[in-house]
Amino acid sequence: MEAVTENLGLFGRGYLLSLQLCLWGLAGSLLLGTLVAACRVSPVPPLRAFGTAWVGVVRNCPLTVVLFAFAFGLPEVGVNGSYWWLGIAALVVYTSAFVCEALRSGINAVPAGQAEAARAIGLTFTQSLRSVVLPQAFRSSVPPVGSVLIAMIKNSAVVGAFGVGRDLFSVGNSLTSAQGYAALPVLTGVAVGYLLLTLPAGGALAAVERKVAIAR
Amino acid sequence: MPARTRRRTTGAALAVALTAALGLAACGDDGSDEAVVAPADNPSFAAGTTMARLAEAGSVKVGTKFDQPGFGLQGLDDKPAGFDVEIAKLVAAELGIEADSIEWVETPSAVREESIERGTVDLVVATYTINDKRKERISFAGPYYVAGQQLMVRSEDTAITGPDALKANPAAKVCSVTGSTPAETIKTYLASPSQLVLFDVYDKCADALRTKQVDVVTTDNVILLGFVDESKGAFKLAGEQFTEEPYGIGVKKGDTQFCEFVNGVLAKAGSSGAYEKAWTSTAGEVEGAQTPTLPTAAPCA
Repeated sequence: MEAVTENLGLFGRGYLLSLQLCLWGLAGSLLLGTLVAACRVSPVPPLRAFGTAWVGVVRNCPLTVVLFAFAFGLPEVGVNGSYWWLGIAALVVYTSAFVCEALRSGINAVPAGQAEAARAIGLTFTQSLRSVVLPQAFRSSVPPVGSVLIAMIKNSAVVGAFGVGRDLFSVGNSLTSAQGYAALPVLTGVAVGYLLLTLPAGGALAAVERKVAIAR
Repeated sequence: MPARTRRRTTGAALAVALTAALGLAACGDDGSDEAVVAPADNPSFAAGTTMARLAEAGSVKVGTKFDQPGFGLQGLDDKPAGFDVEIAKLVAAELGIEADSIEWVETPSAVREESIERGTVDLVVATYTINDKRKERISFAGPYYVAGQQLMVRSEDTAITGPDALKANPAAKVCSVTGSTPAETIKTYLASPSQLVLFDVYDKCADALRTKQVDVVTTDNVILLGFVDESKGAFKLAGEQFTEEPYGIGVKKGDTQFCEFVNGVLAKAGSSGAYEKAWTSTAGEVEGAQTPTLPTAAPCA
């Protein structure tokens, strides 16, 4: 186990970097996912088509393909950027499709009468979505969105391999290959690191769920 | 755009041609797997040694890289080809083992020590830099080659003249491979850790250099020469080589007899010209590569 104890600093920095990656991914994918979900339920056909196409394309591409498109495809057509932001953009785009669909299940769970009542008192589509439908939809979609976000934390390990480096998984990789540490203890350390990301995330999600639960 | 597309196509075609050339170099004219040196007839070894065991079995398990052009690159026939592969064939030949009877095992950097310790392989010839940390777990025969780290930049780049120019150009991104020795070494030359970009293979670094995502690619010069050759003038080497990476042959820790035997094979190949032939037919095919002279072997311990 000295492979981990001797390199606690490295693991710590890797953990913090992965945490940053996940926080950006969380904020970005929740925002983008909500926007895409709003498009998918909107009364405007082009927006609906855009939302459907977005989910259809992004959800059906493997994460590595989306990452390749961002890290190697965009520079190919002259769009250069740091691998850090390209990687986060890819993670956000990929996760947004899943957030959108989880959120849409929540929107579908809001009784139609709610939207109809909102329309009856004269709210526009955007107003009824923002003040009536989405708040209720968020409440009932905490568990599925939570699963998507935890999957995203684990997916962040793949982002590290696309030029980002120094994240938790890459730290494990360089310890085993360049410095000759045995693989098993190092990978155990990496696994513990990811558990320290996902378990608190799961706890936080459970707390949010309790907080926003509504009795029907 | 058309120019860029064309360049990519020629690059790909060249890569295919290079792979084919390397593959052919490993095979003889008749297409069979022919080593540089014919296997020895019934060599005799003291009972109980690794040599006796392998000669008796008539086969040997060799760990090598499957993704290193010029050293160990898996061809379309599934067999690796390259300088490391030829060195392993020389050792096998002295044990009386045909090249066809060698069992090739892919050993990426991360699993080399483990593979030797667990006996998954009998020896490892895999661009394996000799260092003290590794010596704690295994023993090294050789070195059979001394590589050196160097920088590769785009041809129009005049700012990066060597590793010492990296601190002066903190915006320049340097690309290497996760977990490799060059990636560790270059860290001391950087202004900040964020200057370093890491991928799993050098192909991606070369691609990133072409699309201006990074400005420097660094690793052992023989690997870089392959990319310079492939780039048709788009890339060049910058500055002199600034490290010495002695490549050794990994064997089980403390197997001094086997280690000395391997050193003997190397010395013999060095004087017979088989060593030089192994080089010129593989890694030495790249333009600008210099034929090495066999380094003096370190004592086995």
